[in-house]
Amino acid sequence: MFSRISARAVARAVPSQSIKAIPALATSAKSFSTSALAKDSSKKKERVKVHFPGALDSHFSQVLEIREKMEPIDTFRIMDTDGKVLDPSLEPQVTEEFATKIYKDMLTLNVMDLILYEAQRQGRISFYMTNAGEEAYIGSAAALELEDEIFGQYREAGTLLYRGFTLDQFMNQCYSNDMDLGKGRQMPVHYGSKAHHFQTISSPLATQLPQAAGAAYAIKRSGRKNCVMCYFGEGAASEGDFHAALNIAATTSCPVIYFCRNNGFAISTPANEQYKGDGIASRGVGYGMHTIRVDGNDVWAVYKATQEARKIAVEQHKPVLIEAMTYRVGHHSTSDDSSAYRSKKEVEDWKRYDNPMVRMRKWLESKGWWDEAKENAHKSTQRTAVLKSFAAAEKRKKPAVSEMFNDVYDKLTPNLLEQKKELEEMIRKYPEHYDTSNYIKEK
Amino acid sequence: MSSVLRKAAVVSIPSVRQALTRSNPILATSLLAKRSYNSKNGVEMTVRDALNSALEEEMQADDKVYLMGEEVGQYNGAYKVSKGLLDKFGPKRVIDTPITESGFCGLAVGSAFAGLKPVCEFMTWNFAMQAIDQIVNSAAKTHYMSGGNVTCPITFRGPNGAASGVAAQHSQCFAAWYGSVPGLKVVSPWNSEDAKGLLKAAIRDPNPVVVLENELMYGVSFPMSEAALSKDFVVEIGKAKIEKEGSDITIVAHSRSVGFALEAAQLLEKEGICKAEVINLRSIRPLDIDTIIKSVKKTNRLVTVEGGWPQYGVGSEICAQIMESEAFDHLDAPVVRITGADIPTPYAQNLETLAFPDTDVISRVIKRTLQQKIGAK
Repeated sequence: MFSRISARAVARAVPSQSIKAIPALATSAKSFSTSALAKDSSKKKERVKVHFPGALDSHFSQVLEIREKMEPIDTFRIMDTDGKVLDPSLEPQVTEEFATKIYKDMLTLNVMDLILYEAQRQGRISFYMTNAGEEAYIGSAAALELEDEIFGQYREAGTLLYRGFTLDQFMNQCYSNDMDLGKGRQMPVHYGSKAHHFQTISSPLATQLPQAAGAAYAIKRSGRKNCVMCYFGEGAASEGDFHAALNIAATTSCPVIYFCRNNGFAISTPANEQYKGDGIASRGVGYGMHTIRVDGNDVWAVYKATQEARKIAVEQHKPVLIEAMTYRVGHHSTSDDSSAYRSKKEVEDWKRYDNPMVRMRKWLESKGWWDEAKENAHKSTQRTAVLKSFAAAEKRKKPAVSEMFNDVYDKLTPNLLEQKKELEEMIRKYPEHYDTSNYIKEK
Repeated sequence: MSSVLRKAAVVSIPSVRQALTRSNPILATSLLAKRSYNSKNGVEMTVRDALNSALEEEMQADDKVYLMGEEVGQYNGAYKVSKGLLDKFGPKRVIDTPITESGFCGLAVGSAFAGLKPVCEFMTWNFAMQAIDQIVNSAAKTHYMSGGNVTCPITFRGPNGAASGVAAQHSQCFAAWYGSVPGLKVVSPWNSEDAKGLLKAAIRDPNPVVVLENELMYGVSFPMSEAALSKDFVVEIGKAKIEKEGSDITIVAHSRSVGFALEAAQLLEKEGICKAEVINLRSIRPLDIDTIIKSVKKTNRLVTVEGGWPQYGVGSEICAQIMESEAFDHLDAPVVRITGADIPTPYAQNLETLAFPDTDVISRVIKRTLQQKIGAK
């Protein structure tokens, strides 16, 4: 007596017998069995289609297939680690201006990260997260239109920078001063900008994924030829919202690109403890979605992948999953010291052998569009600019105290008005206990 | 055709309601249905049809408004609240979703951020716990945390609280949970007018609004005034309604409990015991404490009634706010809270009935509290 085992059963202690690695394709594929027993039957009989409403393109088989994995999805790259284009037909057809802008922004991001990280260490801002090692994601921003809405996680400030968010605006948010677009209500790096179509960062992980599908649905309803770009990490992809989002984006046909930065770590949790399957890309096909895996340290591969994904999303109103493989060089945040769970040598090795900045720079140099002098000049100018912004932001006062009660709703409710009046009264009566000199004056 | 009107045949009789509540909502509707439009007598409408009208009218008026949830389209709604809407507005405006509360709620929230006006239906508010992060951390807080730059004009709705014979995981009341969240507005309609007016107000409101309906009320008919039948009828969010005026004691209730409170008030008046003033909260947040304070200053006694659990509940909040206000000095006796039993709702019918307050419980408690005076033993 044997029990019926579904084709999706994962082999556990029992080694799989009649399994040949099956190429993972979005459309139906014929399965090939190398089992001697099944050889005769599969050669002569015609394959009978399954008609159950949930089976889609399956066929009946007398081979008990216990699949442990699909063929791992290849990782697309254009440049090698020395910035050399491996297949000449993939040579990027871009202008010098376009290419150097990407690299300059990567450099600026780097400089800004270093300075703001130090600022946190000195107690000047409360928190910060760097983008070290992942700067190539800026290539994805370069493939988007300005009106494509971005829903980020927290390590995509480079996309905002690419779109024109100024150093002042970054600093003002980190310092929560009166010029902060967020009115000082968020932790640092939780940027948001309507003008730049960058949705305000929200701390709970993966909640932005179903929301991105929703925003994409709204874009589809409006008829605009845009899409939504949604970033997240491989750790966030373990959240329930990830699965709910991909499924509903596929079933509701939303023009959204899900871009996973697989940087190998979720704080201290390494990727091989985060999941057991073939990364995040393998899940996309499971949800019926177009899927791409790229070398996340290769600006041009990331750029091309996003370009193609955008075409699918905008023209076909279908979601696309991109998994960008990369390595998180920095700590998770200023609250983390990664030397507690990985060797400094490992980090140094990555910086030396596969560095997104170096690869892009070498490619630019090979085109004669960059050199040492330009590098030093840009780094130096940006450093000065960052320090200047930084100093200015630090000096600015905080938002007015009364702002505390605004925007809970569109208009203040009776209880909020009451509380506001009460606070104003307290401040007026006991100014020695309520020092408001650091806040801008009430209007 | 917007409204399905019922002649005043069987209205709010507990035994009939009790008998019907265990059966299929469709059966309940058909048993009560005598489809006749009579403009001379009062026009009656079930809560279900009032909600249906509200949805239809708002979807008609603004094409940004759309409905999404499980079974809302082809099935006409798990409780038939969205009956006929898919046929009228098509699959772009009425969306059937896979079983993923966090998925479709998140999608709805994101679409609201992007400018649409979603009505996100939860089959019951119990299931919304799977999406509560999207409701609280995203919908409620984003306008504030984005510095006023991102709005979320979303309406969440679904049946809340006691049902019948569906056990604890389908019977919890969430009024206190959502009522505590700044950034949300929370409404809890009792009758058809409440249902229509509050849902319309919720959909028109630019803030995220939680609409706590009640499954047992869906099939109950109520008279609808001329004004309530209009396409622009809204009930102001944050304002309670005095359903019955009185002088001896104030009863504050919301949702289904309002019906029981009114019956208790009738009973007590008939028995010559007291004239109770019954306040229908209508909104949980903002809480119309001013109406309650005004009433307490008149009657000097207060009783709150709710189906939810006692600890940290709606009654607890009213007690605290009354104590903090000038009404405190007008109380002749401590405020009494009448609530659901502090247990997960039982399945067995006899136990389930005992787990929620009804007319009998309210009358008994009021008789008891009228004997009391502060300081006396």
